[in-house]
Formats: sequence, structure tokens, C-alpha cells
Amino acid sequence: MRLVLVGTSHHHAPVELREQVALGREQAHALAARLAEDGRETVCLSTCNRTELYVAADDPERAERDAVEALASLGPEVEPALYRLHDRAAAHHLFRVAAGLDSLVPGEGEILGQVRLAHELGTTGPLLDRVFRQALHAGRKVRAQTAIGESPASVSAAAAALAEQVFGSLEGRSILLLGAGKVSEQAARNLRSRGAEIALVADSKTERGQIHELLASVDVVIASTGAHGLVLEAQTVGEALRERRGRRLLLVDLAVPRDLDPAIAELDGCYLYDIDDLEQIVVETLSLRRREAERAEAIVAAEAEKFHEWHASLDVVPAIASLRARAEEIREAELQKAESLLGRLDESQRRAVEAVTAQIVNKLLHLPTVRMKEAAAAADGVLYAEAVRHLFGLGEDER
Amino acid sequence: MAELLFWPALLLYGEAAVGYFGDVRRPGRAGRAATWGVRLGWLAQTALLAVQAVRDDGFPWGTWASSLDLFVWLVVSAYLIWGCRRRYRLLGLVVMPLAVALLVVARAGGGTGIGGASHYSNLFLVVHVGLVLAAFAGFTLAAAISGLYLWQERRLRTRPATILRRQVPALATLDSLALRTVAWSVPLLTLGAVVGVVRLLARGDRLDALIAATAATWVVWCAYLALRLLGGWTGRRAAYLALAGFVLVVVARLALPATHFA
Repeated sequence: MRLVLVGTSHHHAPVELREQVALGREQAHALAARLAEDGRETVCLSTCNRTELYVAADDPERAERDAVEALASLGPEVEPALYRLHDRAAAHHLFRVAAGLDSLVPGEGEILGQVRLAHELGTTGPLLDRVFRQALHAGRKVRAQTAIGESPASVSAAAAALAEQVFGSLEGRSILLLGAGKVSEQAARNLRSRGAEIALVADSKTERGQIHELLASVDVVIASTGAHGLVLEAQTVGEALRERRGRRLLLVDLAVPRDLDPAIAELDGCYLYDIDDLEQIVVETLSLRRREAERAEAIVAAEAEKFHEWHASLDVVPAIASLRARAEEIREAELQKAESLLGRLDESQRRAVEAVTAQIVNKLLHLPTVRMKEAAAAADGVLYAEAVRHLFGLGEDER
Repeated sequence: MAELLFWPALLLYGEAAVGYFGDVRRPGRAGRAATWGVRLGWLAQTALLAVQAVRDDGFPWGTWASSLDLFVWLVVSAYLIWGCRRRYRLLGLVVMPLAVALLVVARAGGGTGIGGASHYSNLFLVVHVGLVLAAFAGFTLAAAISGLYLWQERRLRTRPATILRRQVPALATLDSLALRTVAWSVPLLTLGAVVGVVRLLARGDRLDALIAATAATWVVWCAYLALRLLGGWTGRRAAYLALAGFVLVVVARLALPATHFA
């Protein structure tokens, strides 16, 4: 069985092309099932950044052709943007995808779940099952052993991470949203996903008194109005602080021009971040992710090597099995011939003879078995398997 | 035997101290090695204390130097409760060099050997010395946590781009952790001091400088608790007060014991 990958991603195709081959869960499942004819195994991985078909087949050229046709039938213009990888390279690519190393934001964690889902929806057999399981293992290992996924990759995620640096758990913390821009909505969503609650979304019609009242109780203020002047002044926040009895207040200003008075940062217990601060944090954390990516690549390469060794050993497994079967056949036949002599032995002596002969066979075959597996990993497996078949006359009776 | 256990403990604590510095430069392997250094060093020192307890005739930590040995063990024990967690590794930067330095001082004063028994009764010393030292260890840890709070608070204020690079406990967590540590330590000091005062009065002994310093320490930490629980003090103010309280712990622990143990 050979492994074939045909697909396209954000590295090779713009969104206009990717959207032509982007498939929903049901469509991906149906496509995988359609391609899995003649005993082939197929998995379709389709996300907003990639659509890839993984096929395990005895005839890799035909499998590749069919996969290209299947994707080209979804969007004819996509064919030049398709990449085609085989065996080791295909597995390595999948491992990198699962680890988030091929993602737009290195180390993003969502892809691991998408790979798992694709595996579940695919038509898998021994080869694809193995390669996908190992890819998921590699993805988990990279996340456990490196810090690639720990830092935020967007302004909104950075705001949420800062809130956690101040408050710890955000469960039950309240947010005041001043204005409702796209980024502030994302930041609020990020905070809510961590357990925070929105106390109020204030707009130009909201009374200032209500905002001032809430300033005494909320934990996070996110400002993103289109106003041209300051929406919150340091004096207003200072007055609210008196009622807060030392409770901390995180203020995130995502607006340009700024909504929050920069002097707020000087107030005790207030932590003010503007859009520049957050963007610098994201740039820094992305560079950290890139540094961690080097360590992650080493982990992925080691896992890909393990898979390659296993896959290559498949070439020699039938020859090894035949060799062992032939040896066992000879052993049993020789014992049968000696039955007249063995008949005089009692049960325990017979068992001892059985054990000794089996041990001789095992010891004789151990080294050739190991050497054949090593040769398989070094790409000489088929040659060795043929040599063994020839030398021991394996399969000649069947011819 | 004590020699065989002292050196591994000192070396492992030293390795941990160096490891924590390495972890600041490049978080990861050095920090993990440091954490194991603390764990194994603590085991070695525990064994050392056990040998001292078994071999000595009476309470083995009744002298100034040997009580320092026990104090180091208590500080590291308290640190181990949180210090092995990744977010708290920075605490090790304060605690472990201190532990190494104090252990060296304890050895120089002959406090890590065998045969340092006191002529006081065992029960009195276990209760008095044990409780006071446990409280001082708690205050030391609370001060380290407060130091970490001030460092992290300053970073959040100055807004460096690297603010999220290192995992540090949240401000709110550090604040409440310092309070809880002090809330456990103050009753221990109170009880230990009361036992000492009762004995002092019974024997008709005079007050000395260490007793006065310990009383001042007790007052400051009680004030810390009162201001936090009743006065609504949090954050920076509370952290500075904890550091002031720690200065008194240092004075009581290092500068004055000669008068008390003499």
C-alpha cells in the first residue's frame, strides 16, 4: 500500500480558489467514500485554509489521478494550485499540519480537532488509520513539549490573556463594552469564552451616569467607539476607584483615535492597554511561536521517521511471514518423521523437544528478520524480500 | 552520616538556585531541573534532620545555627507547596539562593552536625522553636510572593511587549496567596510566642532584644492581617507592608539570636 496526498492550502491558493474546493463535513465524508473504491482508503481534510485528500492505494499513480480529478471537478481552476506528495513526504506533511506548523498562525490549536474529525469521517484502513493516529499523537506531543500554542496570536486573544494575568480565572468577571467594533466584539467573545460576563454594551445613546456607575463594579473595560474625543477621562475613573476599594481594573482601548485618557495608566489599580501595546504583544508572541516552531519541527520529523520505518517494514512483512511459516512447516515435518523415536518419550520430554526445536527456528530467523526490517527502512526492503523468497523458495509451490 | 546528607542537600539547592536563574534567561529545561533539585534537596535535608533527631539526645535544633537549619527546611517545605508549579517558578529565584546562603551559615555555625542538643525540655522547644520558625518561614514565603507581585505589577504597568512570554501567577492570585500564607503564619507565631512568654515569666528571666524584635514582627504582621481583612488593603500597599514585615523577620532571625540563645 502506498500513501498519496493531493491538496491545496493557503500557501498555494488564494481564497477565491480555496473556497471552490472547501467542503462541509457531509461533503468531505461523501467525497472520501466515493474515492475509497477498489479497497482504497481515503480521508478528506477540508478547513478554511486547506483541502487535502489522503489516499492509501496499491496503485499510487491511479490514486493520484483520481484525487486530482475529484478536486478539479469541484473547481477547474484549482488544478495548477494542487500539490502532490507520496509516502514519506505525505506523512510528514500531515504531521506538520496536525502540529499546526503549516497553519497561517504557527501552532494554532484548532487544526488538531479538524484532523481528528477528518480521520473519523474518512474511509480508513490499516495505513491511513496508522498515519492519522500518529499525526494526532505528533500534534499533541508538540503542544505538550513546546510553548508554540501558549501565546495569543491576535489582538483580541492578547486582551483576554492580559485579563488573565491580572485576575487569574475570569469566571464571573464583568466587562463594560464602550462601542461595538469588530475587534472589541472579538475581544469580548474571547473573554466570555473564559467565563466573563458582559455588563453593558454602551453606545452614544447610553447615559454617561450609567457608565460611571458601572465603572465602580466592572473588572474590564473595552473601548472601541468612533468618537473623536476622549470617552473616559482619568478624573472620572479616579472617582470610580474610590468606590472600588482597591479592586483592579483592566482597560483596553482598541480605538483610533483613542477613547481612554492615557493618564488612567497612572492611577493605582488601573492597567491600561491601547491598540499599539496589544499589537506589539502579538508581534512578540508570534516571534516566540516561530522560535518554538523549530523545536516542533524536530519532534514532527522524528515522528515522521517512525512512521516511515513502520510503513517500509510493510514491504517485507509478507516475506518474513512466509519465511517463518516455511520454517515452522519444516520443523513440524521433521518432528513427524521422528515420531517413531519420539513415541517413547513421556509428555514432558515431548514438550521439551517441541520447545527446543521451536527455539532453534526462532534463533535462526531472528537476525534475518531484523536485517530485513532494517533494509526496508533504508529502501532496500523489496530487494531483500525478493532475495529471501528466492533463496528459501518461498511461494514456489503456489506458482 | 550528617556530612553525607548535608552536601547533597546544599548542592541540590545550589543547582536549583542556578537553574532558576537559567529559567529566567530561557524558560524550560533549566526550570524543570531546578524543580527536581528542590525536591531532591528537600529529601536530603529531611533525611539530615531525621538523623539529627534520632542521634541527638534531646531537641536538636535548640541552638541558633541548628535552628537556622530547621528554618531553611521549613522555608523550602512551604515553597514546595506551590513552587513546583510552572507559574510559580520565579519564586524559586528568591527562595532558593536564600536557602543556600542560610544553609551555609547554619553549617558555619555548626548547626548541621550531630550533638547539638539543648538543655531545655524537649516539649517546650518543639512547641516554641517549632512554631516560631514555621511562622517565620511562612512570612518569608509571603514576602517572596509579595515581591513577585510587585515585579509582575510593575510589568503590567510598563506594558512591555514581552509581558505574556513568561507564565506568572495572576496579580489577584498572588495577592490572595500572600494573605492566606500570613493568615496561617500569624496564629503559629502567636502560639509560639505565648509559650515562650509563659516560660519566661515562670523562670523570672528578663526580656532580651530578640523577644522585642519578635514582638515587633508580630505587631507588623497582625497589622498586615487587620489592614487587609478590615481596612480593604490590597495590591501594592499590602505587598510593601509584607516586605517591611520581612525585614523584621530577617532582623529577628539573623541579627539578634545571639542574645536569646546565649
